[in-house]
Amino acid sequence: MAITDDVLVIGGGLAGATAALAAADAAEDARIRLVTYKQSTLRHASGLIDVLGYAPGGVSDGENGQEQGQNQNQTPVADPFTALESLPESHPYQRVGVDAVREALAFFDEIAGDAYAGSHTEMNALVPTHGGTVKPTARYPVSTAEGLASDDRDTLLVGFETLPDFDAPLAAAHLEAAGAPFDARGVTLSFPGIVRDDAKVTRYAHLLDHNERVETLTGKTGAREALAATVEPHLDGESRVGFPAVLGDDHPAAVRETLSDALGADTFEVPMGPPSLPGLRLEDLLYDALESAGVRVTSGVPVVDYETAVADSTADEPATAAIDHVVVDRNGAEIPHEADQYVLATGGLVGKGVESNRERVTEGIFDCYVPHATDRYDWFVDDVFGEQPYARFGVVPDEDLRPLDADGNLEFSNLRAAGSVLGGYDYAAEKSGAGVSLATGYVAGTRAGEGCQ
Amino acid sequence: MAHNTAVLVLGGGSTGCGIARDLAMRGVDVTLVERGNLTDGTTGRMHGLLHSGGRYAVSDQASATECIEENEILRDIASHCVEETGGLFVQRPEDSDEYLQKKLEGCRDCGIPATVLSGREAREVEPYLAKDVSRAIQVPDGAVDPFRLCVANALDAERHGARVETHAEVIDLLREGDDIYGVEVRHDSGPGKRTHKSPGTTEEITAEYVVNATGAWAGQIGAMADLDVAVRPSKGVMTIMNVRQVDTVINRCRPKGDADIIVPHETTAILGTTDEEVADPDDYPEEQWEVDMMIDTLSELVPIIEEARTIRSFWGVRPLYEPPGTGTQDPTDITRDFFLLDHDERDGVSGMSSIVGGKFTTYRAMAEEITDHVCEKLGVSATCATAEEPLPGSEDISVLEEGMDNFGLRSPVARRSNQRLGSRAADVLETDEPNPVVCQCEGVTRAEVQDAIGQSGSDLNAVRIRTRASMGNCQGGFCCQNMATELHPRYDEETVREALDELFQERWKGERHALWGEQLSQAMLNYALHATTMNRDNDPASGATQIDYAQFDGGA
Repeated sequence: MAITDDVLVIGGGLAGATAALAAADAAEDARIRLVTYKQSTLRHASGLIDVLGYAPGGVSDGENGQEQGQNQNQTPVADPFTALESLPESHPYQRVGVDAVREALAFFDEIAGDAYAGSHTEMNALVPTHGGTVKPTARYPVSTAEGLASDDRDTLLVGFETLPDFDAPLAAAHLEAAGAPFDARGVTLSFPGIVRDDAKVTRYAHLLDHNERVETLTGKTGAREALAATVEPHLDGESRVGFPAVLGDDHPAAVRETLSDALGADTFEVPMGPPSLPGLRLEDLLYDALESAGVRVTSGVPVVDYETAVADSTADEPATAAIDHVVVDRNGAEIPHEADQYVLATGGLVGKGVESNRERVTEGIFDCYVPHATDRYDWFVDDVFGEQPYARFGVVPDEDLRPLDADGNLEFSNLRAAGSVLGGYDYAAEKSGAGVSLATGYVAGTRAGEGCQ
Repeated sequence: MAHNTAVLVLGGGSTGCGIARDLAMRGVDVTLVERGNLTDGTTGRMHGLLHSGGRYAVSDQASATECIEENEILRDIASHCVEETGGLFVQRPEDSDEYLQKKLEGCRDCGIPATVLSGREAREVEPYLAKDVSRAIQVPDGAVDPFRLCVANALDAERHGARVETHAEVIDLLREGDDIYGVEVRHDSGPGKRTHKSPGTTEEITAEYVVNATGAWAGQIGAMADLDVAVRPSKGVMTIMNVRQVDTVINRCRPKGDADIIVPHETTAILGTTDEEVADPDDYPEEQWEVDMMIDTLSELVPIIEEARTIRSFWGVRPLYEPPGTGTQDPTDITRDFFLLDHDERDGVSGMSSIVGGKFTTYRAMAEEITDHVCEKLGVSATCATAEEPLPGSEDISVLEEGMDNFGLRSPVARRSNQRLGSRAADVLETDEPNPVVCQCEGVTRAEVQDAIGQSGSDLNAVRIRTRASMGNCQGGFCCQNMATELHPRYDEETVREALDELFQERWKGERHALWGEQLSQAMLNYALHATTMNRDNDPASGATQIDYAQFDGGA
């Protein structure tokens, strides 16, 4: 007995969620289902919505650029939309077109509401990273909004002795070396209420979310007040204070408000590596939206197989198979899922939508064609930040985002791909990961929704 | 003339550090110079096997006997660097019974404890051994951490007054007539501990006697004084698995061959190796077929290796040597014995000897013999004590044998830290400061990283070899940045940045050879963390042009 939907989205990251939401938006009465297997890679992501920070083959600045390959030491693009026009034809952005990128971003802005900022302009913002560099991004969590490096207010950065991922004095010195237009200072403090040296970031967030009573020199107070009191003596006229991204998980706005009021300065978060609270907050936001949109979500189930339906062939065109149903594994039981349209959003190498062994690189579920050199020693270059072929592994889509086989024919008539399962771009070098996921998720989802009507 | 030092040792591998320690313990004034970090040559690029001697029990019984003697000594003096894993020589159906019998007799002749196990018994010891393994010989092979062992020798040499200079490359041998009296070195960043970005200097170091312990590089050093030292460097690959498929050293019981050993090493298992002569020990091809052969051939012994995850591969260069005229064709057949070339006797040039050949397990005995030779030259009568005096970290092994102090750390982190540090654990880990974990894969805390920085300066690869930080599954993707921040504020931001770039690139070097499956996924994640999340590939601090910040969104 197959479970039947109109659109089935496979994959629960940013691209998959966006595709499901866009399908629901395009086809109001349609049944949309999203199936996910593993935790999404959003927990690894900073929560920033990058569109395009660096143009491939863009201007390198100076001798280092020549030596290290084209990917490095470029200047960031201020206006990502203009830069999009110059991308190669094979780039996913070119496949969907610049207008679709704008629409997708507007679609995201509506979903994110006041949780994200940056929609007031088309220009990129520069955001400090936890290593102390700055990176260009199009949208940023509201928790980061006061911390832009392209905002010239002086800044105090606060790190914690027990969080080795963020060294505030070092980050401040790095910002200065990066030419940031303000004075930055860093201090390293002890986080009130943290007892264990290896407490997880969620423990910090929990203390603040619940304003737990913590022991201080002056008796027990709430964790938020205690943190503010710890920071306050170190403020020296700075109008904003940055923390590693641990300022609450469930109630981040309230946490920041209490801290800002107590300090008399704006507070912000510096995005961090995994596990990333801003990434997890984005995931929560997307899943709330999926629920509101009536998308049926089934988690923890891998797609393990699929069947095609016999397609009609005409004299002019070769037959293109359609997917009849896929099979998911639910606790050992194989359940067929049938839909009219399918969206593949299983991620790239990190999300394991793209798999490899010593001989070849494949797309894991439908074995869609993934271009790659036959010799695996041609999958990489020796400079770690050079132009890495492996970073571009993924399926090749047509303009409708339907994966193509090695001969340029459609793999399946009713399968579209979105997000980092797509190849032909290096999101890490370009800083385009979230933007491509949004744009291709939006287009794939919309077309899938339209296609089933 | 007045010399800077009595003995100058060239080369900071196991041999050089062993000689420096031995000389210093005998009260001789000694200076050691090393081109890169300690262990950077062959020592840090071995498979981590502490030989029982079983491997040489048929072909070279003198070496086998020496191995078992030194094996037993190292278990005492360097217990915190040694893991007593035991070893098996396993026989597959196609391997000869006659050879197994010879191996067994050879072990007994050399005093190597050896027991024959049936295939079933062998699989009880190592459940993942192939079903068709028919028999095995059990021997006391072990695993050894060459990094910590070598560093411990250097540390102890320094404690006894030696001067140890890393990142000090020999650029010339000083020769006057038929006498060598020292070297000129180029300090990468001034003498003393390494600090990136400090300007390099050169220094003349004169000595009564020079010991060329540069192994595979001995020929290059010799050539600086027109001496012909015909080392025959031979490369070998080692492939590191992400977990220990075996807890015992697994050797193939056959005469010789590539890809015939698996050594459990810390959290990993190391597959080895190949044997191919190369022209230049600094520049040789690292080839795909070598990696593939490790996996394909060794999965005949332990089949799960076929599908397992490898995290990197690395190559080492053996400093093989044979006396002129021997003419052995196959490098596999060149003796593993060592040779002391006294250039006075050999070439009529006094003041220097070169050491070539040899193997890691017997480094101490080699060092003793060479030190005896040098002491004779200098008229020093003190005798060797390196076989009895424990190395720093192994002075009081009750730390390892009895209950371990956990220093407030979670038990796996505490256990692993204690094992690495041995009797130094309390000195290093007892702190009133917060001591978070810096490297999760290997359980390395801030205190241990700080201790290593104190020893080695701003060089994070030197921190890595002392602590294992960044040597686990993530290959530094998650922890390189944390290690680098530990350099601050002792070192400034620019130094930290450079040290981080250097470590990250070094980790990539070996990871390139493991780029498929899980590890390719890990590589992409590492790349994304460093390029996407941190923007380290386009760090404006490292670029030449200024960003015009005013062009960008400055907030609503």
